[in-house]
Amino acid sequence: MDDFTLFSIGSGTMTATATLSKDRIEPRYSAWERLKSNRDWLGFWFMMPAAAILLLFLAYPLTKGVWMSLTDVKIGRPGVFVGLENYEELIFFDKTFLYSTGFTIIYTAIASAAKFVLGLYLALLLNNNLPFKSLIRSIVLIPFIVPTVLSAIAFWWIFDSQFSIISWALRKWGVIDHNINFLGDPILAQATVIFCNIWRGIPFIAITLLAGLQTVSPSLYEAATLDGATKWQIFRHITYPLLTPIIAVVMTFSVLFTFTDFQLIWAMTRGGPVNATHLMATYSYQKGILGGQLGEGAAIATAMVPFLLAAIMVSWFGLQQRKWQQGSKE
Amino acid sequence: MASVTIRDVRKAFGSVEIVHGVNIDIQDGEFVILVGPSGCGKSTLLRMIAGLENITSGEISIGNRVVNNVPPKERDIAMVFQNYALYPHMTVADNMAFSMKLRNADKAEMAARVDKAAKILGLVPLLDRFPRQLSGGQRQRVAMGRAIVRDPQVFLFDEPLSNLDAKLRVQMRTEIKELHQRLKTTTVYVTHDQIEAMTMADKIVVMHDGIVEQIGAPLDLYDRPNNLFVAGFIGSPAMNFVKGRMGSGGFVADGGFALPVGTAPAASEGRPVVYGLRPEHIRIDPQGVPAEVVVIEPTGSETQVVLRAGGQEIIAVFRERMSAKPGEIIPIAPTLSVAHLFDADNGQRLVA
Ligand SMILES: Nc1ncnc2c1ncn2[C@@H]1O[C@H](COP(=O)(O)OP(=O)(O)OP(=O)(O)O)[C@@H](O)[C@H]1O
Ligand SMILES: [Mg+2]
Repeated sequence: MDDFTLFSIGSGTMTATATLSKDRIEPRYSAWERLKSNRDWLGFWFMMPAAAILLLFLAYPLTKGVWMSLTDVKIGRPGVFVGLENYEELIFFDKTFLYSTGFTIIYTAIASAAKFVLGLYLALLLNNNLPFKSLIRSIVLIPFIVPTVLSAIAFWWIFDSQFSIISWALRKWGVIDHNINFLGDPILAQATVIFCNIWRGIPFIAITLLAGLQTVSPSLYEAATLDGATKWQIFRHITYPLLTPIIAVVMTFSVLFTFTDFQLIWAMTRGGPVNATHLMATYSYQKGILGGQLGEGAAIATAMVPFLLAAIMVSWFGLQQRKWQQGSKE
Repeated sequence: MASVTIRDVRKAFGSVEIVHGVNIDIQDGEFVILVGPSGCGKSTLLRMIAGLENITSGEISIGNRVVNNVPPKERDIAMVFQNYALYPHMTVADNMAFSMKLRNADKAEMAARVDKAAKILGLVPLLDRFPRQLSGGQRQRVAMGRAIVRDPQVFLFDEPLSNLDAKLRVQMRTEIKELHQRLKTTTVYVTHDQIEAMTMADKIVVMHDGIVEQIGAPLDLYDRPNNLFVAGFIGSPAMNFVKGRMGSGGFVADGGFALPVGTAPAASEGRPVVYGLRPEHIRIDPQGVPAEVVVIEPTGSETQVVLRAGGQEIIAVFRERMSAKPGEIIPIAPTLSVAHLFDADNGQRLVA
């Protein structure tokens, strides 16, 4: 028994400790006392709840999902192991799967890039001294606060083929002579859902980057001004490099959320028209739950994992502390 | 290098005026120190010279050019900030080269200048480090290096030594002074440490509540302070102020004892005055004023004694060691023939 353990036993076992030093007899600790005094044991038990939750709600569904993707399970019928058949089926015969995968990538790329640029721009704007600063900042958060489904329904109306306010306004001004079929035309529908995702995603990025901006000491800007930097040079050489760590974090989240988006699409288009706006998540649901092909649905969902892992890997390297942050030479 | 002229400069934040009409002339190559208690507007004045703060009214010129509306980057000044403001994501070398990089300066020239500055400041082994990996004193030197590389018209320093420990501060004080002697660049240096001011400055500007109390060479301020504020601010330990009034033969303290004044100011009899007496200008004199010893503080090189005479506390500093005990009475007298006399009402110096 080491010193540390003796100290950490506490007052309850003072007598035992005294005995130990006087008579050199190993005292008998109850299991409970041993538990209390051993750091490793204690740590193990403290970890258990978290580990249990992770196992129950993450590892189990994930494993189960992967397993299902290897069987031909359908709703109401247990499946048998079929190996990679589901994947073969998807890749070689299911055009919609390939199309939705492609669209998911495009959707994520365009929306994330736009959210980043606009969010950063908004953050820079909000970082200035504006009148009613806090009010404006709260307003900016609104798209983020409103439940996705609610805003998606609002957008649905805004882009409706008959009642669209945009079509109506453009017609009033005489720009167009018939309604624009926003959600009926595949390309327009894709553009529309991407637009809505951007609208909804900007606040998260803007506010997070704003928090990052506020950690940059104003005297750095002053020093750079005196060093002769223009506004753009200050952004390029001071603000942006100092912001990269937080950009890495926020963009990782943004990419993951965008790639796995479901609600917005489902509320606005259900993947239509003619499957043009299906993301992998919505297509998996469509196929697995609505179409009853649980195995194939699970395979689609599992197919998302490599993409997500790739995104995480990229950000993992992006997130690595930069030299100037950690202070070591390497 | 250039002269700096500050004419009637005022600064208000909103409706609160912070700087109330300041006039300072700084010659080409001069080392000028702004001193004053915290909050008196030193940094504000410095930032106005740099252009980081607008001038509410008045005029600032650098080298005969009025710069009121010249943006900071065109003023050709370099500033060392109190918190150094080093760019955390750049190495020491990059920090120093940053201004030249912005101007797309020639690579070879850039390296040469950084190298030269690094040699002057002893930064050569640190050039590849990041600010995080430096001690406070090293960071301070990098901040100075960044300024030197610029080779500006004017250096501005805002309390650059306030974060350093006492020993390093003394060392850096000498280094800055040496640097100035070598480069001869006009320098405006802010501090609230009067020792720093006395030891480094060609000229000291004493500020108080947004006005200039006095401008002069360090020893002039010490020998002939214009008013009670400057008298109390310059010198350590601070000057003793003995309250009293002018009698027929000289100064009579409120406690009843008399002190010699040399030549008395004209038509001053009966007037309430303050008699300023520096602690180091007190000697023991059998004919002097009896004073009771309250506390004795030997520092080794000298002995500081708190005395009480006629109900007023007086601090004296003696070069020799003292054997007196608290409670003992010792007779003291001023060593100077010319006393500092100030008007008790407005604090101004009375001249004979
Ligand atoms: N941006 C500002 N808005 C309002 N008041 C300000 C602002 N900057 C400074 N002040 C006020 O101006 C006064 C002078 O400030 P300044 O920073 O110049 O003091 P200082 O002499 O440098 O003091 P210190 O020795 O503590 O640095 C202070 O009373 C301060 O509260
Ligand atoms: Mg200051």
